[in-house]
Amino acid sequence: MLTWSNFLSQLFNGLAQGALLALISSGLTIIYGTLGVLNLAHGAMFMLGGYAGYVAYQATGSFVVAVIAGTLFMLVVGVVMERVVIRHFYGRPHEDQLLVTFGLSIVFVEVVRFFFSSQSLTVPAPAMLSGITSLGVMFYPTYRLAVVGIVAVALLVLFVVLYKTRLGLVVRAGIEDAVMVDSLGIDVYRVFMVVFGIGAMAAGFAGIVNAPVVSLTPDVGEAILVQTFVVVVIGGVGSFPGAVVGGLIAGEIISLTSMVNPGYAYVMLFAAMALVLLVRPRGLFGARGRE
Amino acid sequence: MKSEPPVFSKRPVLVEIVTAAVLIAVPFVLPLVDAAPNTVNRILVWGLFGIGFDILFGYTGLLSFGQSAFYGTGGFIAAYLLTRAGFPYVVLALLIGTAVAAVVGWLIGLLALRRTGIYFAMITVAIAEIFFFVEFNPLSEWTGGENGLPGVPTPSFHFGPIHLDFTSGWSLYPFLAFCFFCGIVIALRIVRSPVGVILTAIRENPLRAAAVGHNVQAYKLTAFVIAAAYAGFAGGLLGVLQGFMPPDAFMFDTSGQLIMQTAIGGRGTLFGPLVGAAVWLFLQDFLQATLKLGATWKLVLGLVFVLLVCFLRQGIIGGIRDLIALSSGRAKRQAEFADAAAAADAPAATAAPVAPMGARHAAPVDLQGPILQAKSLTKRYGGVVANEGIDFAVAPGELRGIIGPNGAGKTTFFKMLTCEVPPSSGTIVFEGRDITGMRITDVCQLGLTKSYQVNQLFNRLTVRENVTIAALAELRGKFKLDLFARLSAIPGLAEQVEHTLQLVNLTQRRDTPVSQLAYGEKRRLEIGLALASSPSLLLLDEPLAGMSPRERIETVKLLKSIAQGRTMIVIDHDMDALFELAGRITVLQEGRVLVEGTPDEIKGNAAVQDAYLGGVHEEEIAT
Repeated sequence: MLTWSNFLSQLFNGLAQGALLALISSGLTIIYGTLGVLNLAHGAMFMLGGYAGYVAYQATGSFVVAVIAGTLFMLVVGVVMERVVIRHFYGRPHEDQLLVTFGLSIVFVEVVRFFFSSQSLTVPAPAMLSGITSLGVMFYPTYRLAVVGIVAVALLVLFVVLYKTRLGLVVRAGIEDAVMVDSLGIDVYRVFMVVFGIGAMAAGFAGIVNAPVVSLTPDVGEAILVQTFVVVVIGGVGSFPGAVVGGLIAGEIISLTSMVNPGYAYVMLFAAMALVLLVRPRGLFGARGRE
Repeated sequence: MKSEPPVFSKRPVLVEIVTAAVLIAVPFVLPLVDAAPNTVNRILVWGLFGIGFDILFGYTGLLSFGQSAFYGTGGFIAAYLLTRAGFPYVVLALLIGTAVAAVVGWLIGLLALRRTGIYFAMITVAIAEIFFFVEFNPLSEWTGGENGLPGVPTPSFHFGPIHLDFTSGWSLYPFLAFCFFCGIVIALRIVRSPVGVILTAIRENPLRAAAVGHNVQAYKLTAFVIAAAYAGFAGGLLGVLQGFMPPDAFMFDTSGQLIMQTAIGGRGTLFGPLVGAAVWLFLQDFLQATLKLGATWKLVLGLVFVLLVCFLRQGIIGGIRDLIALSSGRAKRQAEFADAAAAADAPAATAAPVAPMGARHAAPVDLQGPILQAKSLTKRYGGVVANEGIDFAVAPGELRGIIGPNGAGKTTFFKMLTCEVPPSSGTIVFEGRDITGMRITDVCQLGLTKSYQVNQLFNRLTVRENVTIAALAELRGKFKLDLFARLSAIPGLAEQVEHTLQLVNLTQRRDTPVSQLAYGEKRRLEIGLALASSPSLLLLDEPLAGMSPRERIETVKLLKSIAQGRTMIVIDHDMDALFELAGRITVLQEGRVLVEGTPDEIKGNAAVQDAYLGGVHEEEIAT
């Protein structure tokens, strides 16, 4: 059972899952870092992105169009959500922010259930990425390999936006001290809107890319949200590198434990989180004193 | 002027009587409107589950998304005992389930409470998920996995010839109603106890609650365990109610539904979860059965919930309370305004000589030398040096003033002295004891505390509650589990609170919420909070900041009177006031001690004049 090729393929599975988690978590973590709002609807956005991609795919038959349309749709959803609801909660306690985003997540899930029912839907992988690829010692589904590449590119784009552009500079400054950025004459609320949009986009993108791997149901976001929390706690809230490293760690833990006994995959994941909390409560990359 | 004893609720048993009356009336009234008894019973279980959660969330301000873990634990322990283990006593099984849930809650709380705010929320979600997976996989042999545990019996009691059998529907109702009633009576006692008041203080301002001498972490853990115990008991009742322990008790949806019901009904009310559950379950029945909406009911409830969170923050009960206050409170409020105006107009008249309040924490008799001594105290934040090599000593009974230009490191210095922040190097000795690296709570318990430059009050509580919280720390120590004690039964509390209120001249405003106080009143209360723990060494950080000239005169008078019988150190920019008050003055500049001496020496000191005016000279030269 524990063969070399089996181990390697699980390692790749972990990499693919970890990369996806990293992408979703980085959206969650920059939203929290900048806006100070923990978006409990983030898992629902992941799910919504998948369904938006599904609709676009049904209409056009093109996976690429599905990815682009779904991602843009989530950008719009994120911006509208920030304008209509979230911005009224910046001045309110964390608990209220948690409550309202939690409520919105339920609304998203139930709206999708209303239109698409609870049955699982599938989006096929694009033809050129279907089938399996030989990796020397083993064969591995091509699309899953591609996922690693696609997500790596997306993370790179996010990195460039965050660390190499003027907007990114403002966002990172906002993570450190939003009040200060505001008093420098930069419209911080505009930045907040853009950040929320980007975060939603990242979650939505991940949702579509994941759709050919795991079939779509309205509840697919819930498990992802919980895993994202673990990633953020491990990596440190507000830290982009923390989200990436935490995501990869979480993906490998789930995957490698599943190889031995799938029942313990999540137990091990949360044990890792507990360990981080005990040894280094602010997370691997978290700044001291940031809550 | 009102002069009632400081009991927060005037008719303490009224709520219990009304609750009992309503619970008794329900089985006679609700069948008339065709309410399903099973729905009513489920509402009671959710309501009981929610009482504990409300103590955690509504009173202590800790929003846990993981209550399902304890609900499931209590439920499965009780159900396992009653089914597979063949244990015959239903109530005892429920209590064992409760106890196990409480112990599990204690263990989980130790971990989850290491962090606050959103971290706490995320950790509780994650932990609840673990429980779900553990129940489904490693423990499925005991829990029945996805099948749950069928065959949970209902309770029946035999007292000689009398047989009481509770089976289902309205027949089970009296048993559940009795459980709920016991739950609410216990919870009411808890929230009215000193612990309950301290929990609200933690919700309003955890930093200050710790600074006045309460062990915040231990009280949070207490609330967490209470919530877990209620959850465990309610989980057991769920099995009894359904005759079957369902595995979905462990699901995230359970925690989510509890949170939504509590927010809908009104947090911080104990009855909110019950009201919320009634709205939720009746609406669900109505939408599903009457309107034939099928699965869409959850969408409707989700929308209702989002709208409520946006527009009715305190839920249904809070909304009703606001309406009543609005319709009946107008006349009262006008009277109060008149009162306040009168009080503000004639502060000198009301501030009749009040006996000074001595320090309860008497310094050790054999104390030789300074009461406080700091040696080469240094604080660095990264590359920034806030304080460097400060040597500082204060003699018992002294009133020391500290001045210095903005950014001289005065507040950082105070923060180190009270152990709010640890020094980078150096030592602090208070009453002959090395307190370097101790916690702010313990230092306050030793008799060293401070008032803050920026008000740190418990904003949604009244003036009297604020002072009570500080006085409780001094009278009860940093942690005590007197969950069922009455505030009125604590010896010396009422006197100390009244005395403090008189000293800071807020007696007439005692029942006003802090958020409605004028700025000067808040500054006085800020001093009052520090004073109420009767410290032997009191540090005041800019007590005069932002006050009008008349308020300054009053406050200087107040400072003089509280300086009797204790040692005080005062930071302020009002030099005239400090020169009048202090025996000696320490001048800080750029994080170091510039000079120390009597007011006259300081006034004539060239270096001090340079420190304040030097910058101007340089600028003039530069331009």
